[in-house]
Amino acid sequence: MAMTVHVDIVSAEEQVFSGLAELVVLPGESGELGVLPGHAPLLTRIRPGAVRIKVPDHDEPEIIFVAGGLLEVQPGLVTVLADTAIRGRDLDEARAMEAKRRAEEALASQKAQIDYARAQAELIEAVAQLQTIEQIKRMKNRVGGP
Amino acid sequence: MAGSKEIRGKIKSVQNTRKITKAMEMVAASKMRKAQERMRTARPYAEKIRRLAANLSHANVTEFRHPFLIQKEPVKRVGLILVTTDKGLCGGLNTNILRHTVNTMKSWEDGGVEDIRVVAIGNKGLGFMQRIKANVVAQRTQLGDVPHLDQLIGPVRVLLDAYNAGEIDAVHLAYTRFINTMKQEPVVEQLLPLTGERLGAPEHAWDYLYEPDPQTVIEELLVRYIEAIVYQAVAENMASEQSARMVAMKAASDNAGNVIKELQLVYNKSRQAAITKELAEIVSGAAAV
Repeated sequence: MAMTVHVDIVSAEEQVFSGLAELVVLPGESGELGVLPGHAPLLTRIRPGAVRIKVPDHDEPEIIFVAGGLLEVQPGLVTVLADTAIRGRDLDEARAMEAKRRAEEALASQKAQIDYARAQAELIEAVAQLQTIEQIKRMKNRVGGP
Repeated sequence: MAGSKEIRGKIKSVQNTRKITKAMEMVAASKMRKAQERMRTARPYAEKIRRLAANLSHANVTEFRHPFLIQKEPVKRVGLILVTTDKGLCGGLNTNILRHTVNTMKSWEDGGVEDIRVVAIGNKGLGFMQRIKANVVAQRTQLGDVPHLDQLIGPVRVLLDAYNAGEIDAVHLAYTRFINTMKQEPVVEQLLPLTGERLGAPEHAWDYLYEPDPQTVIEELLVRYIEAIVYQAVAENMASEQSARMVAMKAASDNAGNVIKELQLVYNKSRQAAITKELAEIVSGAAAV
């Protein structure tokens, strides 16, 4: 049997994946990142994109979309702390501004002023999601399914 | 039949009230189960990120110490995140947390705190803090039944920025902790600076490779850790809200039942009295003829 590493993908709202894997491929900050069992301890940020997990005894990898987050690698354990929302310095600031503004005009809440930053973030997320779908499709075709 | 019509009307209105409270009780019961479930599903993340933060706070791979981990003395200015519900009719839940919070704020002021900045999450706390003229710097209301981290990033950020800029020396978090369906407890906890007891002992200090650099990664991690704690607090608060509402509505339904029973008794008595009176009148009338 191949060597395996335990993989946990959790987000603040739920546990997304937990199980053994032979290989995990993640969208690292500076390019795709493949993690095999016995990888050196690593702590890094990941970008929005697809996480591919090669599960033992399965031909097709599990594909999970994450909206960025943090990755922790220990020799026998891979933990992905996935974000549930697209993050970024500007966007977080915009969110903070909005919360402040709400407090200031605590009356009727109107349209937020973060449209620009939000639109950009939604675009990034949408593109990453599309890529994930592409990948899944290609995977299906290669296997030769209908 | 003096007043029997009024009594009948009263009974009808109490019955309608009971219908409503009964419905709310059942709605709250089903929402409570979901809210508890959400509270549980949020735990793995909170636990993992706590473990990681604990490991990092003790790892001396760098000489860099994050400001979140440094205790400031004396504490003069405090930030407070107050988690309450958006809606009422949930028993003494909000009253308890607000009373507890006000007492804590008073003790801070006695202890030399000059400035308290409040971030209100939930309508009830916001309204209350505005009434007592507290300095509300940010707010978030209408969270709905399902809390999303997305909604909390902004309000939390406001205080984290103020903390990073040195404008406040500590951040506290006030919410209602869910113990069980019958018991919820208002708590005010210290969020920043992070204390060792909250983080717990590190299990193993790994010599991590950091990418791009330790500072960035630790910063991101700690911010997410704080947000995870706030998220957990909001999730617990919602579970508390639903169970408090369920209990309150059950009590209201029971009380309505008792009131109906008593009113029914009064009604029957007055009806019987009226019949007796009428009979007496007929009998005496017949005797007179």
